[in-house]
This record gives sequence, C-alpha cells and structure tokens, in this order.
Amino acid sequence: MYAVFVLRPIGITVQYSFYDWNGIGPSTWVGLGNYRRILTDPDLLGPIGHAFELILFFSAVPVVLGLFVATTIRRIATSRLAGVARTVLFMPQVIPLVAAGIMWSWLLSSTGLVNQLLSAVGLGGVTRGWLGDFSTALPAVGLIGAWVLLGLCTLLLLAGMTKIDQALYEAARLDGAGPVREFVSITLPSLRQEIAVCVTVTVIAALSSFDIVYISTQGGPGNSTLVPGLQVYYLAFSERHIGLACALATALMALVLCVVLPIQWFTREGDE
Amino acid sequence: MILGRREALLGRLLLLALMVVTIVPFVSLFVTALHPAGTYPPGVSWPQDPQWGNFAAAFRAANMGRLLESTLLIVLGVVPASLLIGTMAGFALGQLRMPGHRLVFLVFVLGLTIPFEGVIIPLYYQVRDLGLLNTRWAIILPLIGLFMPFCVLWMRAHFVTMPAELSEAARVDGANVWQLFWRIHVPLAMPALSSLAILLFLWTWNQFLLAIVLVDDPLQRTMAGALGAFQGQFGTDIPLLCAGSLLILTPTLLVFFAFQRQFVAALLQGAVKA
Repeated sequence: MYAVFVLRPIGITVQYSFYDWNGIGPSTWVGLGNYRRILTDPDLLGPIGHAFELILFFSAVPVVLGLFVATTIRRIATSRLAGVARTVLFMPQVIPLVAAGIMWSWLLSSTGLVNQLLSAVGLGGVTRGWLGDFSTALPAVGLIGAWVLLGLCTLLLLAGMTKIDQALYEAARLDGAGPVREFVSITLPSLRQEIAVCVTVTVIAALSSFDIVYISTQGGPGNSTLVPGLQVYYLAFSERHIGLACALATALMALVLCVVLPIQWFTREGDE
Repeated sequence: MILGRREALLGRLLLLALMVVTIVPFVSLFVTALHPAGTYPPGVSWPQDPQWGNFAAAFRAANMGRLLESTLLIVLGVVPASLLIGTMAGFALGQLRMPGHRLVFLVFVLGLTIPFEGVIIPLYYQVRDLGLLNTRWAIILPLIGLFMPFCVLWMRAHFVTMPAELSEAARVDGANVWQLFWRIHVPLAMPALSSLAILLFLWTWNQFLLAIVLVDDPLQRTMAGALGAFQGQFGTDIPLLCAGSLLILTPTLLVFFAFQRQFVAALLQGAVKA
C-alpha cells in the first residue's frame, strides 16, 4: 500500500518532471528543461519565495508566541484559566483548514470585523480588503496560518516544560536570576527538542500550504499569494503542464527535506 | 514578589487576549450565519431577526445528510485499515526488529515529510488507470498510504517502550508471534491506538486536496472537500456559507472536546517521541 500510493508516485513525479507532457498526447523528453524553467521563470520562482515568506508567519510567530504562552500557562498551571486557555487555543487546530480559510476571508474582507475594529479605534485610513490587496494579502494569509498553528506549538512546548526539573529554577532563583534570565538560561535550552519539533511541523505546513490559500485567495490578487502547492495544482489540473508541475512538485519535496534535515541534525548533535 | 505579581497579571492578560483572538472568528462566523440569506452583514453585529433557518437551509443546500454518510464511509474505509497496518508494521519495527528494520524506518521517516502535493499528480493518473476516479475509493486508498508513515511511526514509538521481557515471558509460555501480537501487545497498545484513531478521523474529515483533485462529485467527497465546493456554489451568499461552515466544523470540535484529555496527552507523547 505504502509502496503503491506513496513511493511509486514519488518516483513517477520525478520521472514525469523530465518530460513535457499535456496529460493526453505523447510526451517528449526535455531532460532538465523543466527545472531550468523553474529557476528562470519569475512566475514559477515567485511561489517558492512566497513559501519562504510564509515560513516566517507559520513558524516564527507561533513558536515565539507559543513560548510566551506556554511559560505563562506553566506559571499559573493550577488555576482554571490555564486549562481553559489550553483547550481554547488548540481549537483552530482541529477544525478543517477550509473552514478556517472561510472564517478569516470573511473577517479580513473589506466590510469584515478587522476593518470594523480598526475604524472604531480611529484607524479607518488603513482599512482595506486585506486579502485583495497586493501588499497585504500574503501577510494576511500568514496570519491565518499563525492562528491555526499557535495552539499546537503552545501544547508541544508546554509538554516540554513540564519535564524540566523544578530544582533548576530554584537554584537559579537562589543565584538571583530574574524571570528573563531564567527563561533564557533554563527554559530555552531545555526545550531545544520541542522547539525543533514545532519548527519542523510548522515549516512543513508553510511549504506545503494549500487549503488556506486555495480558499482565501486562490493565489491572487495577481500572483501575490501563489504558493508552490497551489501552483502544482494549477499547472497540472487546469493548465495541463504535467511535466512542469511534476518538476515543481519534486523541487518542493526536495525543498522540504533541505529545510527539515538540517533542523533535525542540529538538534541531534546538540543532544550528544 | 510585587514584580512577580505584575508579570503574572501581564501574562494572564496576554493569555486572555490570545483566547479572544482565537474565539472571535468562531463568534463572527456564528453571528454572520444568523443574518438573512443573501445580505452582506457589516462586521459583527447581532441581527435584528436571527435567521435560525439558515442552518437548515445550508443543511439542505449542501445535501448534508448524504455528505455525512459519504464522509463516514470514507472514515470507515481509512481508519480501521490504517490502524491495522500501522499496528502490525509498528510492532514489527519496534519489537521484532527484523533484518533491515533500520532502512524501513528511515523510509517511513522520509515519508512523513512528503507534502501531499508532491504525489498528487501521479496519484491522479494511477487512480484513473485503476478506474476509481470519482469514487470514494479514490480518496480511501491513497489516504491509507499517505497516513501510513505517521501510523507506523506512532505505533513503533509505542512498541519500542514496551519491555522486551514481556515478549520473552510470553514466548517461554509457548506463545507464537501471532499470539504474542494479538493477546499481549495489542491490548496493551489500546491507549496509543485510540488516540491514533481520533487523529486519523480528524485528518480524514478535514482532507481537502485529495478530495478536490480525485473526486468531482461533492457528495462523494470528505467534509472539507465538500465545503470547498459549497464555497464555490454559494460563495456570494455569506450567511449561508457561514452556516454551512459551522455545520461542517462543529463535529470536529465535538470530537475534540469529547476526547480532549486523551487527545492532548497522546499528541504530546507522540510528537515528542517522533
């Protein structure tokens, strides 16, 4: 099963990527031509750049924010607020991404709540259709991703924190360390593994994002939010450039590995 | 101590703020769903005349009854098979350690990082050649394959922690591998299995890409896939769309709340091990 539906398709993706094929007619061998096009055609290179920009929102924001939230929850672990917060923050993670996309495209629309609030605090000047504006569409999509992934990161980091020996904190207190110092010298290093897991998961989510973008912007306006996943879909199933789409898909898979493997190695080495 | 108290307060405020940010979209969706169909309600405002009928209308418009049936069929196809294969393979990797298990393990770890988009094109042609396009099998079979790395690694993580003495004791008592697996290890793996089942249920329910590529008929799709079609069809009717989205996401939230404890515990355990 695994071989038929995962390994074989990977192989075929790579194989197709060397051909120029419209899905019906005969295919012609073009060697590395498709890859050359990806590297030179700005329309194809752009999405990859967008994916990296999304990493900033999908990974950096949830992980950093998650660290703070987890620290806070840890400190008030016994209170009821901590439990409620944990549950609430995790909610976006379980709903379909499609639903999240619909929700937010409505919130961010020109008459949506976000603009309503901005007007209410006197920032009426900056209101706009956030997802329809060339300069804000990508960050807006990133925001949706951050919203979805925050809960997951918080939970993972929280789990890591419960494993830290409390004696370490007490020792630090006795040495006169403040909360910031505690956080930097004890919490962060102890959480290295959990942070690596978070970063890995979120980076993969960013690079292979499809659902949210498809629903909220469909890659537009223009190509300003086009990501590789979506581009593969368009190329293969509406424009029928199978070979090119496969080349891009291969590049995407390679890209994920290139980003994920160093993260893994980095943490493994740290452990030894 | 005063410093500590102020910090705690700040922390609580941050927490509350983030919770509000998390919940507001849900509220907005709900409130909007109550506005009269076809209107463009500005921002969040309680409608003068809440249209509870919108939910019923969305239910009918999306043919939700058939959709539920379709999704459940897909779930029934995907989850048990994935569990079975995942458990057996996980057992083989974690307990039996047959020759070459390191290589197999590595292949599965790599599989974990594969974006679905990477294999979707060959999958399309493969499924077409099998004559399964536009049937539920087109979603079920690839999903079993695509979930497999996760299932196997998840169960392996569980079986690795099981003491080898347990197997040895059973063997001394004359159990063969098959009995060892079913009588001893599967019952002990129940917690890991059930949390995996919940995760798989959610992922299947929410699966979007496979559904829109491999199946044209929304009624044969998963919930999330159908919602995509629903958006295309009623994208201009915001209240109806919101009602439909709510209907589709509510079951996932219910499952989450019902199994919250196991779910969170399991996720933490599994993720850290993997």
